[in-house]
Amino acid sequence: MSGDHSDALISRRVRRLETLLEERGIVGGATLDEAIDAFLSGASPANGAHVVARAWTDPDFRTRLLADANAAVAELGYASGGVQPQRLRVVENTDRVHNVIVCTLCSCYPLGLLGPSPGWYKSEAYRSRVVREPRAVLEEFGLTLPADTGITVWDSTSESRYMVLPRRPAGTDGLDEKALAALVTRNALIGTAAV
Amino acid sequence: MTDGGFAPGTRVRTSHHDPVHHTRLPRYARGKHGVVVESEGSHPLADIRSQGRADFPVEQVYAVRFAARDLWGEGDHHVVLDLWESYLEEEESQ
Repeated sequence: MSGDHSDALISRRVRRLETLLEERGIVGGATLDEAIDAFLSGASPANGAHVVARAWTDPDFRTRLLADANAAVAELGYASGGVQPQRLRVVENTDRVHNVIVCTLCSCYPLGLLGPSPGWYKSEAYRSRVVREPRAVLEEFGLTLPADTGITVWDSTSESRYMVLPRRPAGTDGLDEKALAALVTRNALIGTAAV
Repeated sequence: MTDGGFAPGTRVRTSHHDPVHHTRLPRYARGKHGVVVESEGSHPLADIRSQGRADFPVEQVYAVRFAARDLWGEGDHHVVLDLWESYLEEEESQ
């Protein structure tokens, strides 16, 4: 479950496409790099972690985040990311329900808040199995949920992008926002880990 | 399509149709029973826009919740998909 995906089939296909586009003079390599840099500029799971830590420490912010996530993350200077406008929806884990996100059709997720997606998120194995047997998939990530915790899988098939608001761990009352944000991993924002 | 076609809680069934073109209704969720969670605003219908056509309709998109048992015949979880209105048909009340 490494985040490295340089050898994945899709990477080879993209590199081939890049080469063809450059060979035929359709785009230059520098133009492509600039576009990719602009696309990924500032995209990091640290942004999502900051949003989560704020929601844990500021109940009013948490309420706004769950009601209108686009507006709430904009307060912190963030956007969902992507090339077209997207509706951001934050789904909250509770003691009764655990949420996990997927895009069974491709690999959509809120890039601006989670950073570039890990290779496994784009893999056919994750995409096909997490909608069918999420409890088993989460076990493989090392996350064992109590049998009476329900699971909701959010399949991003349209223009909404989902982020999980994990549960705040016990024993963190004394931590400030920055220390709390440091506990939040990208997998926790996807729902394949707890905090 | 107009705003607010399906209120939250509306029972719907997804289309059985297997189009030759791009669609955002995954095969595993075709012809299945679900419940509308919420509206997600209006968006160009990807099925038509992906063909490069300018006459794409703009439709309401809904988050629709399905029980695993209804999708797969087993499982105790739920799956929520984001579906354009024309993929959905309201169920007759029983």
